[in-house]
Amino acid sequence: MSSPLIVSNVAKSFTMHLRGGLVIPVVSNVNFALENGQCKVLGGPSGTGKSSILKMLYGNYAIDEGQVLVQHHDDFVDLAAGDPRVVLAIRRDTIGYVSQFLRAVPRVSALDVVAEPLLQRGRSVEEAEARARDLFARLNLPEKLWHLPPATFSGGEQQRVNIARGFVTHHPILLLDEPTASLDQENRAVVIDLIREKKKSGTALLGIFHDQDVREAVADDIIDVTAFSAVQAA
Amino acid sequence: MNAVSELATYNFAYLDEQTKRMIRRAILKAIAIPGYQVPFASREMPMPYGWGTGGVQVTASIIGPDDILKVIDQGADDTTNAVSIRAFFAKTANVETTTETTQATIVQTRHRIPETPLTSGQILVYQVPIPEPLRFLEPRETETRKMHALEDYGLMHVKLYEDISKNGHIATTYAYPVTVAGRYVMDPSPTPKFDNPKMHKSEALQLFGAGREKRIYAIPPHTDVVSLDFEDYPFEVQRFDQPCALCGATRVYLDEVVLDDRGGRMFVCSDTYYCETRRARKNSQAGGDSQ
Amino acid sequence: MTETTSTHEQADQPLLNVAGLTKFYGKRIGCKNVSFKLWPGEVLAIVGESGSGKTTLLNCVSSRLLPTTGSVRYRMRDSECRDLYMMSEAERRLLMRTDWGFVHQNPADGLRMSVSAGANVGERLMAVGERHYGRIRDTATDWLGRVEIAADRIDDQPRTFSGGMRQRLQIARNLVTKPRLIFMDEPTGGLDVSVQARLLDLVRGLVNDLGLSVIVVTHDLAVARLLSHRMMVMKDGVVIETGLTDRVLDDPHEAYTQLLVSSILQV
Repeated sequence: MSSPLIVSNVAKSFTMHLRGGLVIPVVSNVNFALENGQCKVLGGPSGTGKSSILKMLYGNYAIDEGQVLVQHHDDFVDLAAGDPRVVLAIRRDTIGYVSQFLRAVPRVSALDVVAEPLLQRGRSVEEAEARARDLFARLNLPEKLWHLPPATFSGGEQQRVNIARGFVTHHPILLLDEPTASLDQENRAVVIDLIREKKKSGTALLGIFHDQDVREAVADDIIDVTAFSAVQAA
Repeated sequence: MNAVSELATYNFAYLDEQTKRMIRRAILKAIAIPGYQVPFASREMPMPYGWGTGGVQVTASIIGPDDILKVIDQGADDTTNAVSIRAFFAKTANVETTTETTQATIVQTRHRIPETPLTSGQILVYQVPIPEPLRFLEPRETETRKMHALEDYGLMHVKLYEDISKNGHIATTYAYPVTVAGRYVMDPSPTPKFDNPKMHKSEALQLFGAGREKRIYAIPPHTDVVSLDFEDYPFEVQRFDQPCALCGATRVYLDEVVLDDRGGRMFVCSDTYYCETRRARKNSQAGGDSQ
Repeated sequence: MTETTSTHEQADQPLLNVAGLTKFYGKRIGCKNVSFKLWPGEVLAIVGESGSGKTTLLNCVSSRLLPTTGSVRYRMRDSECRDLYMMSEAERRLLMRTDWGFVHQNPADGLRMSVSAGANVGERLMAVGERHYGRIRDTATDWLGRVEIAADRIDDQPRTFSGGMRQRLQIARNLVTKPRLIFMDEPTGGLDVSVQARLLDLVRGLVNDLGLSVIVVTHDLAVARLLSHRMMVMKDGVVIETGLTDRVLDDPHEAYTQLLVSSILQV
């Protein structure tokens, strides 16, 4: 099977108890599947729930209805059930994520931030750090920053740490939330290359790209989120 | 010695029979659980707390008219306390008293064990100030009771560890804690650690009485008594550089006697009976170092 | 925290299984009907404000407080599951000294203040029969290093330590017997912010390196975010929401959870 992730009839809304129980629907009837070796893109204007969909696929947001079947090791597992240990196992081995914002942990160096996912998967410290350094070099992150904690980095520097962390492992599925938002032309090109390499190695990617150039360079398919969105496009 | 009329004002050995029964029960329990502190209802005695009331109550409960009593204080028969306790029993029990260790059936002692090894049929009664070996590390009685009950003695070794880290060696030189019959950790009373080996597998019965703290404990004859230590810092007894200045004995515990105000001092046997006996033998023989 | 094939099965079994745990103080509810499981290598945060019952729950689970009803079952090192309150007190105390640890909010409660740092760390070793001074001292020195206390402080008393150092010493004291489960009660309470950061990072590192399971009680959501995989939110003695930590914090469902999350002051 080349669809490692299948989303069927997923729906989500937020209930804001602090606003008197106001229910804000986010998405409904979400149906799509990812393909190995392809990069699909969630398209549509802001506010239509693209980021929420990514977060649901990572287990960061709860899923109210529907199923998300993920090929985890040799089985298909339903992420929508929300079992925390299942989600953690999937994050460790199957689904990677490049987030928009880096949550900086005090005192952990950029190198350690990026090496950590590999260490969790049993790689040696030497190998993990070597891969991290490679990616930093490709992303033009100055070497003097490698051993510093990222809390004081600029937006673009933090974003590159995020990207490195997402790309350093060999997760079969990779979710990308605006990975090029704070990057210059040169680094955007590096990210495009990284995405292409992942595609070649059979990874299934799902991304949100506001940058049209990047989108056009990597997207194999655009999934129009307005079809699922509670917010209808104008 | 005393007129019958004087004796009539005291019960035999001062304590009433019910009290003696109570104390004997405590003693039996203590013997059955070597090293375990048995609480008992300590009575008012005609000497204040801190003057040996525990030892006196134990002796009073076990002494009979045919017993021969020796009392020593820091090894000496002739200190004020030893003399007055001996006189106390002479008066209230009309028993024979002696300074000869080998003749005594009961030896009551403060802070020393006689050099002459005790034999089967003898009882050594120790006067104990603070019976709880863990007291200065853990002030709560509730906690120390639990520690004994659950054999939770890590804290005891903490104390020894601290000694080594501060002083380079275990600096405790008296009241050195021991493990009795492989189970309870016990305070041997403030005897010098030099005396600890004498408690091990002694032929005599050893009884311990703490009057103020109201505890009795015991070591039956032929019981293992092992001093606490570390594998790499094993237990060692004190060694003295010089023999006794009076009788020449080596390998006995010596007291330091200050002679003048210019730092003059000499070391003599703490056990006065032992020293006298050796001197008497030396005088009547051709001399030489005999042990 | 990798799973080799040999530990795979073990890692599937929960380490701790709490069922229906309830504690009443007279008529007042301490905690009510709390159930959860904890797996090896997992950090669970119990979050709530004062009076939520989180400390009561922690104390009932860690054998420090007898619950009114409910059970706490722990999988021992020999894989046998034991009910904590069916054990003898001796067994419970042994468990607390070897396989479990408890880090108090106030380090003075978890240390012997008048005994040296080295002795504080070595005490649990001595309590389980270690009798070689040199080895005890070496182990203590090693652990002081791991919690970032200078080795030359080994003979100093914790009285002379700062709050952060005392807390790190308390952690070393607990970890020296390689426990599998640690309970922490507001471990960063009362510490300066920079000191907190250092301590949390240390705890994170140790949890990862040693594969510890931890139950940490805190009112600080940032601590929960940083340290825990899963989180339980308590209010008035009851667990009102539970789940993956980042899910609960980023997508809170219950009204009280939403209130808590929205109340965090932004820096």
